[in-house]
Amino acid sequence: MTEDPSTMTCGEFQNQLAELIGSGEDLAAHPHLLHCARCRTLLADLETIAESARQLLPVVEPPDDLWEHIESAIWSEGSSREPEEEPK
Amino acid sequence: MPRRPSGLPSSEIGDPWPAFPVPNSCSLFPIPCSFILTRNGARCSGIGLGIDPCKEGMFNSRLRKHLPDTPPHSPTGEIVPAPQIAPPAPAASLLSGDADLLVRVQAGDHFAFAQLYSLHKRRIYSLCLRMVGNVSEAEDLTQEAFLQLHRKIGTFRGDSAFSTWLHRLAINVVLMHLRKKGLSLMSMDEAMEPAPEGSPGRGFGAPDMTLTGSIDRMALERAVGELPAGYRLVFVLHDIEGYEHHEIASMLDCSIGNSKSQLHKARLRLRDALRTVPRKEARP
Repeated sequence: MTEDPSTMTCGEFQNQLAELIGSGEDLAAHPHLLHCARCRTLLADLETIAESARQLLPVVEPPDDLWEHIESAIWSEGSSREPEEEPK
Repeated sequence: MPRRPSGLPSSEIGDPWPAFPVPNSCSLFPIPCSFILTRNGARCSGIGLGIDPCKEGMFNSRLRKHLPDTPPHSPTGEIVPAPQIAPPAPAASLLSGDADLLVRVQAGDHFAFAQLYSLHKRRIYSLCLRMVGNVSEAEDLTQEAFLQLHRKIGTFRGDSAFSTWLHRLAINVVLMHLRKKGLSLMSMDEAMEPAPEGSPGRGFGAPDMTLTGSIDRMALERAVGELPAGYRLVFVLHDIEGYEHHEIASMLDCSIGNSKSQLHKARLRLRDALRTVPRKEARP
């Protein structure tokens, strides 16, 4: 394995990619990417996925009867707790 | 890769259940009635109105505020007037409204708790569903999260935004559930889910298999749901919910490097899955 970024192979670059991306540094000028279209494409795809994920909104509606279950459970808890709160 | 602005300091999203006494039981609870919450066109401040609060700098993604879908009915069956849904308002006024509601909830106002549920139900349910990838479990976990909320609401001190606190509470509920199911963090180790050598995920795909720069939301949701549990957890927490690696490492009790590695492998898996979508759907 080479330590020189400009001569590293795709495999070597991709083995370091998780850490490189996680570091938050701008990889556009990474020496390997300057001459490797394949890895540029990979990086662009990963950025597209991350960007798309950020656009996902909490759009899923819970079932209408979920609140009834929650309310019922709170009722049960309150009922079961009540005797303990009664003065002896 | 550009990072979105960090949310709150990790100290503010630590254990959402500090060692405070459990509040007295609600004076109005339980009450013999059933609130009916029906969907009436979800509204979201900014979002859906052409303004993304995150991009507008109103607040970060973890503080997306959702206004009530509909008001609950009163115990007598009378429909309570819908809360005023104003145009996108400054964050300060939104937070102020939340604060008023929280004061009422902490005082034991059952109606206010129902409103709080209406405000946050979609965010919490969506979070649970994305984390576990199972509708039935997501419903149970959402219920448990709101039950925990009802028990713990008195301990909320306002050190962080309520939505952040509730969000973290729900994540803890999900993680506890997953641990009970036996999902140890060891299963998150990359050795458990190796990407096949030479697969498209390794980046050696042909150019025409490249993502085009836009991804169908439903396809992405579906692909996320099909990720292995460990990958899905880290991807949801980091890329969708906006947590930083050090926060995820703390939540999942793993190393920061492990979190980075899991996220990277999750994205590679998603890339594989998403690149196959157009070709599959193009077939007659």
